[in-house]
Amino acid sequence: MSSTGKRGRTLACLTVASLTALTACGTSSGDGAEDAPGGTVRLTVNGQPPTTQAFERALFDKHVRQFEKANPGIDIVPHEGFMDPKTFNAKLAGGKLEDVFYVYFTDARGLIAKRQAADLTDHLKDMPHRADVQDELMKVFQDGKGRQYGLPTANYSMGLLYNRTLFKKAGLDPDKPPRTWADVRAAAKRIAALGDNTAGYADFSKNNQGGWHFTAELYSRGGRIATEQDGHWKAAFNTAAGRATLQDLHAMRWKDNSMGSRQLLQAEDAQRMMGSGKLGMYLAAADNITVIAKQFGGRYQDYGLAPVPDGRSTLIGGEGYMINPKASPKKIAAGIKWLQWKYLDPDLVERNIRDNVAAKLPVGLPMPPTPDIWKGAVRDRVEAAKHKYANIPVGNYQPFMDAAPRITGVLEPPEAQRVYAVLDNAMQAVLTDKDADIDALLATAQKKADQIYSALR
Amino acid sequence: MTTAPLLKKPPSRSPATAAQGRRAARLRRSVREHLTAYGFLCAAVVIFALFSWWPIVRNVLLAFQDVNFATGSTWTGLTNFEKLFADPLLATAWRNTAVFTAYALVLGFFVPFLTAVLLNEFRHARAYFRVLVYLPVMLPPVVVALMWKWFYDPGPGLLNEVLRTLHLPTSAWLDSSSTSLVSLVIVSTWANMGTATLIYLAALQTIPGELYEAAELDGANLWQRLRHVTVPQTRFVLLVLLLLQIVATMQVFTEPYVMTGGGPDDSTVTVMFLVYRYAFVYNDFGTASALSLLLLLVLAAFSALYLRVTRTKEG
Repeated sequence: MSSTGKRGRTLACLTVASLTALTACGTSSGDGAEDAPGGTVRLTVNGQPPTTQAFERALFDKHVRQFEKANPGIDIVPHEGFMDPKTFNAKLAGGKLEDVFYVYFTDARGLIAKRQAADLTDHLKDMPHRADVQDELMKVFQDGKGRQYGLPTANYSMGLLYNRTLFKKAGLDPDKPPRTWADVRAAAKRIAALGDNTAGYADFSKNNQGGWHFTAELYSRGGRIATEQDGHWKAAFNTAAGRATLQDLHAMRWKDNSMGSRQLLQAEDAQRMMGSGKLGMYLAAADNITVIAKQFGGRYQDYGLAPVPDGRSTLIGGEGYMINPKASPKKIAAGIKWLQWKYLDPDLVERNIRDNVAAKLPVGLPMPPTPDIWKGAVRDRVEAAKHKYANIPVGNYQPFMDAAPRITGVLEPPEAQRVYAVLDNAMQAVLTDKDADIDALLATAQKKADQIYSALR
Repeated sequence: MTTAPLLKKPPSRSPATAAQGRRAARLRRSVREHLTAYGFLCAAVVIFALFSWWPIVRNVLLAFQDVNFATGSTWTGLTNFEKLFADPLLATAWRNTAVFTAYALVLGFFVPFLTAVLLNEFRHARAYFRVLVYLPVMLPPVVVALMWKWFYDPGPGLLNEVLRTLHLPTSAWLDSSSTSLVSLVIVSTWANMGTATLIYLAALQTIPGELYEAAELDGANLWQRLRHVTVPQTRFVLLVLLLLQIVATMQVFTEPYVMTGGGPDDSTVTVMFLVYRYAFVYNDFGTASALSLLLLLVLAAFSALYLRVTRTKEG
């Protein structure tokens, strides 16, 4: 063998040895995966607020201590942050996914299909207050056979978020928000007439948020993105409702000039515009109000939330928790206990409200600590507590809450993100092209969506 | 027939064996002498293997799998590629990437070169201008994108305000599929031209001053000096940067992601944007890897060209 070859072999051996050593060093030594000594179950959970949110963080940590005191056999190891779809798979592959992890409603279906969450059905039989949670929300975490893979902890449904101060300035009554899309168009025109780059209405049209908003607007008119026939899905938005959705936007953008000049917007853009008092209305869930107030300098008293215009049905989404598919039955039981104690116990709602009030966190919006996930008597009880302790102008959001039980909540369609990407184009076209051909846009989008659905067969 | 007993030779090493022994001894000595060097080399090899080579190998493997990180991935042959080629957006993404690269070469190649030539001509305030040109490179890409979004605002945006002041027609910039891609190229060029300019400037400064003096004595003007001295003397650097720029611009992602989200009408969907969408929006890592592999092959061709060019020069 040549000296070069031998040198190469030596080098290779060294490399392999080093790699082996490094790999051995990199092997997880547990990180909460193992149970603690003395039969205690060590449970890693995410959802802990970051240290930059001092009040929320302190509250979460306090809850962990209280839970551990009440359940000495369970050691909670909190992890910061929520689910990030960009890192979820890497964490799962690297064995770093928490035992109890946060998910958006939109991700639940995919995780169940890919068996990336534990089956909780048998463990949930005796969970207190299970029957008090809205059935539609529980269904989000079920497969076709009704097996339960997660628990909802908060939900949102779309409404019309509007700027009460701009309404007053434009001569509109902020206590009588628009009820129909025709009302929205008329109000947007008056707000835009205030000038100074004020937009009456804004809509999203990029990074799939355009498709998402088209869906919400279509639902509000009674339309649907897709329908199921004989077990197969088909696009269903190329209808009068779909046409009306795009036509109204096109008219507001080009005929009424009430949507501002800048398009290709996404949520942050509209929130920034709202916070700076340059936007009259956009379709949003209640959590947007907190973001506008916290991040974009808005004031709670300036905003109001009304039901979606026309109000035939509303897009619902939200969040919940699932459990690591690799968790032991003991961990699953402990995880359910934590979720029920922390998020799904109406007896603790008042305690959470008082904690929030003491920490000067908002109480009164249809979101945690008073999430609108309950039904029947429990919902009434939570609503009463919310009104009793509210520290924001609850009346501004009352039209939305009053209408909520009457408006059908509809989940996002199957293959939502792919279909949204297709519908982004239609939204972009009507908002950026004065000569957009709405019929052609809908026909093209329908063809593409059907292609996506046919691949599901 | 009797056979004479064979004479038994005393054991001795053949010349070949002796040479092998000497080589082995030399190697042992060499390893002993260079042990520290091998140690350092080993660390570099391990780091490259872990963080550069293994991800590439893993990407190739994932391209042929239905990726599931919970239950384990399964081999699916060419299914991911079939899915990819059935996507009408694939052709759009490649076309947009090619057009972006072409625009980026026209703007991003010549503008920094001309800037470097001009900077080289400045005798006094060269350091000051050099800092000015390099400043945009120090801005984080997302900040650049957000800042330019405001510049491009079709209403009260800076660019249209300037055009209005000059009584020139305004543009929809990002909001029109006919101008969106080139608008992104302008941002990319602006953000990255500092680095290219400095490299060109360094190359220009290696040109012996006598050549310019001789040219000036012969009465050459700026254009003639550029054509007959500067370009021939910097040809190699120009070629290498051209190839590197092709490799870099074909991976454009930040600008379309932050500024246009691929729109309007898919006019700014690039290959990397599509990879991102497959991986992190559709959660389809197999198809994302397949598309990454295609991009890798194309970029590898340009890299091979780059290596060939540099080797020719070194040779």
